[in-house]
Amino acid sequence: MRSDRNTRAPVSLKIAAAGGLLFMHLPILLIFAYAFTTEEKSYQWPLPGLTLKWFAVTWNRPDVWQALGLSVRVAIVSTLIAVVLGTLCAGAISRSKFFGRETISLLVILPIALPGIITGIALRSAFNLADIPYSFWTIVLGHATFCVVVVYNNAVARFRRTSGSLVEASMDLGADAFQTFRHVILPNIATALLAGGMLAFALSFDEVIVTTFTAGQQSTLPIWMLEELVRPHQRPVTNVVALVVVMVTVLPILGAYYLTRDGDQIAGHGK
Amino acid sequence: MPSAVLFSKISRHFGAVRAIDDLDLEIAPGEFFAMLGPSGSGKTTCLRLIAGFEQPTSGHLEIFGETMEGVPPYRRNVNTVFQDYALFPHMNIAENVAYGLMIRGVGKAERLRAAGEALEMVQLPGYGARRPGQLSGGQRQRVALARALVNKPKVLLLDEPLGALDLKLREQMQEELKVLQRTLDITFVFVTHDQGEALSMADRVAVFSDGKIMQVGTPQDIYQKPRSRFVADFVGSSNVLPPDFVETLTGLSLWASLRPEAITITDQGGYEAQAISQSYLGGSTRLGLSLNGLRLNAVVPAGKPVPESGETVRIDWDRNALHLMEAS
Repeated sequence: MRSDRNTRAPVSLKIAAAGGLLFMHLPILLIFAYAFTTEEKSYQWPLPGLTLKWFAVTWNRPDVWQALGLSVRVAIVSTLIAVVLGTLCAGAISRSKFFGRETISLLVILPIALPGIITGIALRSAFNLADIPYSFWTIVLGHATFCVVVVYNNAVARFRRTSGSLVEASMDLGADAFQTFRHVILPNIATALLAGGMLAFALSFDEVIVTTFTAGQQSTLPIWMLEELVRPHQRPVTNVVALVVVMVTVLPILGAYYLTRDGDQIAGHGK
Repeated sequence: MPSAVLFSKISRHFGAVRAIDDLDLEIAPGEFFAMLGPSGSGKTTCLRLIAGFEQPTSGHLEIFGETMEGVPPYRRNVNTVFQDYALFPHMNIAENVAYGLMIRGVGKAERLRAAGEALEMVQLPGYGARRPGQLSGGQRQRVALARALVNKPKVLLLDEPLGALDLKLREQMQEELKVLQRTLDITFVFVTHDQGEALSMADRVAVFSDGKIMQVGTPQDIYQKPRSRFVADFVGSSNVLPPDFVETLTGLSLWASLRPEAITITDQGGYEAQAISQSYLGGSTRLGLSLNGLRLNAVVPAGKPVPESGETVRIDWDRNALHLMEAS
């Protein structure tokens, strides 16, 4: 038996924990702070002055909009593909028993365990071999490989919690397969799909490694930022964009967390 | 009039396992029919064949004269009360009960009215707005019953319907199910491993073992005239007497069964036996006896003296109570 009275942490541990958290999160705050600096050629601390002009500058840069647009479109399409394929796959794996089921389950999860650089190189050489030119769809394909896993993991966990006899009960009461999916399965897995979809969107939105191998000359937002960092002028524009990216990716992750906090793991978080 | 359910030479094999093996069975319209057997005896597979969740490996199944070959569960006029109730957790009770009607396209007002009536029938009026998670096991069971009955099925299947309920509730539900079945005049087929339940509720009982039916008959038949040792053993705690002992009694070398309550303790005549054990059952005491090494169970009614262990007693029974069994 563990007693709750003895679980008070010593002061030294508290300081260490606080230090660790600050170490992880202070640099992010620093990035935000530089979005408001008046110095454009190098990052100076303390900030020489505060300004909001970089927001206006960013707003008027067409390359930012192009990169943002591409990233959003890629993320939406990859997420849609992932939700459809991931759900179908999770349904098959958890609903039926067939030869090679465990193998397929492993193969689906593998892309997220594989280093992105391997996935990237593999896809690039495959595209080269098949003479497929780099396009929007090659980026989407690269992102879908790991987005499917996130949706699959979330959906499979929910399928396992959903009793199989619900499907039989629905059919027993006169519903065919489509009606059963619409009225029984979908409402029971909807929040898991939403959570998986949001995570998939966030993963796709800030993906760099696989994208560098599959994008060709196109720039998604994270790639645009990498290129921008080495240029000597208008540096704070990158920080403004970083601020926006954090907002766009953190909100879905928080949303996913709240939707699934009663029980489900947010699987595949660590890509 | 055709049979409610007709099995002709039906087998259902899962790989090498013969869940059902060459089974013939006829269930009459309006009958309250029990499938009784230990787990793994094939009774649940039988139920799933009727519901349509399983297809026979071979043989022919008819429901009210119509062949069920290739007919999916959702096109059968049969509804099931599932062992785990299988209520839809994302719907309230009224929506659960009205589900079958919604699928058939019945308008909202009409189906909710029908659901309300069905809930009244199972004595849960006014529970429509609650969620399955807010109900007790017994209440969920009633909802599952209402959800099936609201569709007015020709055959209602019940899979271990009372298994998860406590004793008091179980006895009450047994009564209610019987009354419901009589008033609705629907064929009920229920699966159970509880012989008391099968005997008290059913018009006829089929005793299953290893994918075969050992005996079909009225509860009285099954209880008093078991055809084999398995049935005698499984239905109640009958004494099974071996052929050599029966031969000394009757001259016939056959297995026989003798109900515990047929054995009486007498002052003279009969046989000498040792009392071995006593278990108090409330209304009576079950007495374990050894008759020259043969274990027998007897029942001592309340009020009569119960022999101590080791005590020698004289026992006797009515010769007519000895039931000779055709099969071993």
